Amino acid sequence: MTEDREAPRVSRGIKGWLQLGFVRLGVLPFLLVVCLIVFSFMSDNFLTGRNLMNVLRQSSYLVMVTMGQMLALLTGGFDLSVGTILAVTSVVGALAMSTAFAAMPDMAWLAIVLGILAGFGAGVSIGIVNGIGVSVFNISPFMMTLGMASVGFGVALSLTGGVPVYGMPDAFGSIFGFGRWFGIPAPIFVAGGLLGVMYVLLNWTRLGRYLYAIGGNLKASRLSGINTRLHLFTAYVLCGALATIAGLMLTARLETGEANIGSSMPLESIAACVIAGVSLRGGVGRVGNVVLGAVFIGLVQNGMNLARIDSYLQTVVIGVLLILAVGADQIRQRLIAELQD
Amino acid sequence: MAEVRYDAATQTNPAERSAGPPPLLTLEGISKRFPGVEALTAVDFDLEAGEVHVLFGENGAGKSTLISIIAGVERPTSGRYLIKGKPISLHSVQDARQQGISAVFQEFSLVPQLTVEENLFLGAELTSGGFLDKRLLHKKAEEIIDRLNFPLKPQQRVAYLSRAEQQMVEIAKAFRSEPSVLIFDEPTASLTERETERLFTLIEQAKTAGVGIIYITHRMGEIKRIADRITVLRDGHKIGTVDVADATEEKLVELMTGRVIDQIFPDIDYTPGETLLSVDGLSLGKGLLRNVSINVRAGEVVGIAGLIGSGKSEIGRACFGLEDIEAGRIMFEGADVTGQSVKQMLRHGLFYIPSDRREEGLLMVRGARENIALPSLDRPEFSSQLFLKRRSERDRTRQLAERVELRPMNLERDLDHFSGGNQQKVLIAKALTRNVKLFIFDEPTVGVDVGTRVAIYGFIKELCEAGAGVLLISSDLPEILHLTNRAYVMYRGELRTELKGEEITQDSVLSHFFEKEAA
Repeated sequence: MTEDREAPRVSRGIKGWLQLGFVRLGVLPFLLVVCLIVFSFMSDNFLTGRNLMNVLRQSSYLVMVTMGQMLALLTGGFDLSVGTILAVTSVVGALAMSTAFAAMPDMAWLAIVLGILAGFGAGVSIGIVNGIGVSVFNISPFMMTLGMASVGFGVALSLTGGVPVYGMPDAFGSIFGFGRWFGIPAPIFVAGGLLGVMYVLLNWTRLGRYLYAIGGNLKASRLSGINTRLHLFTAYVLCGALATIAGLMLTARLETGEANIGSSMPLESIAACVIAGVSLRGGVGRVGNVVLGAVFIGLVQNGMNLARIDSYLQTVVIGVLLILAVGADQIRQRLIAELQD
Repeated sequence: MAEVRYDAATQTNPAERSAGPPPLLTLEGISKRFPGVEALTAVDFDLEAGEVHVLFGENGAGKSTLISIIAGVERPTSGRYLIKGKPISLHSVQDARQQGISAVFQEFSLVPQLTVEENLFLGAELTSGGFLDKRLLHKKAEEIIDRLNFPLKPQQRVAYLSRAEQQMVEIAKAFRSEPSVLIFDEPTASLTERETERLFTLIEQAKTAGVGIIYITHRMGEIKRIADRITVLRDGHKIGTVDVADATEEKLVELMTGRVIDQIFPDIDYTPGETLLSVDGLSLGKGLLRNVSINVRAGEVVGIAGLIGSGKSEIGRACFGLEDIEAGRIMFEGADVTGQSVKQMLRHGLFYIPSDRREEGLLMVRGARENIALPSLDRPEFSSQLFLKRRSERDRTRQLAERVELRPMNLERDLDHFSGGNQQKVLIAKALTRNVKLFIFDEPTVGVDVGTRVAIYGFIKELCEAGAGVLLISSDLPEILHLTNRAYVMYRGELRTELKGEEITQDSVLSHFFEKEAA
């Protein structure tokens, strides 16, 4: 009897180990390896320290949004309005900042603080509306956030008439967009800090545990004495807050307020989460992997840029990767089920 | 000694009996290997026409895998599958259906948005000229339902049916065509006594018509009632096949678990103390409960018996803050707690353990540690003001998992990958994280094997003797008879009677289950 059970283990070849690795780790490590190999063949500049740092900086905005998206996904919902939150934040923040700066040219810092507060308030308020809709009125997250995406985008466009907002103090861009803090580019620094906060939040606080629980089984959570409404609400507000921070950082980098800066964010953030193994049904996902997922998307975009792949084609590649990742996850789920029967 | 005897029983392999007609269905040396795990190891199985062959074993013993193979859901890794003596290889459920093999699985294969008749003919719609022949479909559906004598309306939407009614639709589906092999996986789990009787009559009829029936159940009463032969599986191996005449409960349990269990129901010492819970004139909306008054004291096990839909669950749920109360008062330890939230009730020391662990009890995609700790994360053992105390959480949950004998002892593996019995143990461990004074168990042993059942009864005994009150809501009559020292019987949202001590007998409880006239 013992021999029978050992048999399959002994005969596990390379294929078996790959399969086991796939089941344990998910599809992301495989995608990362493939992508590194392919792009380092296509361009000599790809695997250089400078370029990789560049990738990190470029992806840090997506990293922030993706961590927020993850919170919504963990509870079993999702947030399609993250792009709009970026846009509204950028437009409102830039308008407030440039107006204040024009009124008081000597007080650049005050203008910056006012602008940041205004942008933050505008962005988070969308998160709050999402949270109320989903938790109090039981509107499906899909419709709620899709609706808010349209509302927010319309507001951002009508505030600016579709024209970029200029006139912010130079210090804003040079510190938050191009600056280095302790030798690290500002966006990477902020994204890293937020990663730390998220890690603690998700793994070491009750709120984090409750978010997993609500996504895992809403009714069981309620029966365990958890205030499910409050925590659902919090998830959407925090998601909005993270997207807002990304919006402010991106505005600083671009040095303009624009209504269309986040249009690719909903797709890319969900893609990054799913590639990183976050379950669309909720309750499953690790923040470390999610950050890797976002960086992976940045890596693919960077590699394609270096390989001079047309930007229109790039969106095709991202879409295909997303579908492949979901498909691979289905196979993985089946393998897990079979492994454990 | 026992081993030898049942090995002898196993050796009646088809070759030796080749004199008669070949069995309806024969499996020879069937193995099923999933990557890394062997679910079935060289299992032989045969099914004669006109017999009921029960598969018996603990959860995870391989019963489900075996019927999946027979029904064409899974394919065996090795071994031969013969139908009427001819080797065959099934590629899908449709293949199996064409061979006359129909299965009623526990996970219903119904589309909730469709009506009963649409579900009955799903995948085998009748058409005329490329369009659905709805009239014929309706007629045929009515015929089937009439023949089975189920209280179903063909035009009802499945989503609005109770679980028992859905089970009936599922059974009707199996009887739709003329099957030669029928497979039932715990079909009576959600049926009432009367519906169960009806199903057994149908099974008898099918038997006389020469249909072979494979039947999975944990209930001894059902085995005695309908089985001809019983095959016991353990850890993917066939332990033996016995005739029902030779099978006693002790013997089957011993074969199944590989150890001797002298007694299923423990003797509990009752030392009733102060009244913990008293419900006074409780009514819920839609007549779910009407003017119900009960009380539970510390140190006693109080049962609530009744049919499905009699409102017995709702009493427990209302006490735990899960129902909107229309009228009446709920007192806990002398304080009015009517309409308080789940969180408040937990803090008072009341814990409700729901009947449907997948639906309401557990986070199936998370591990045992997180599940066990969930209701008590606000307690100082598990978290400080801001942060979780993960080391203390790990130690505490491991202790509890050891106390309920979780197998395998892995606190991080997703619960989805534990057997039903072990999931149930996690559910009970959840309740042990707090200082609970009153436990409400709602159908604690549905769908669990005998080994786990004994363990759960052991817990009830332990908790009661340690001074806690236990309210046991159950459709399983023996549970009420053997464990409780006081029992209430519910009928259609009303409290029928209260029975004490010696008064709790099968007849006295049953007589209150149905309409007065019928009793």
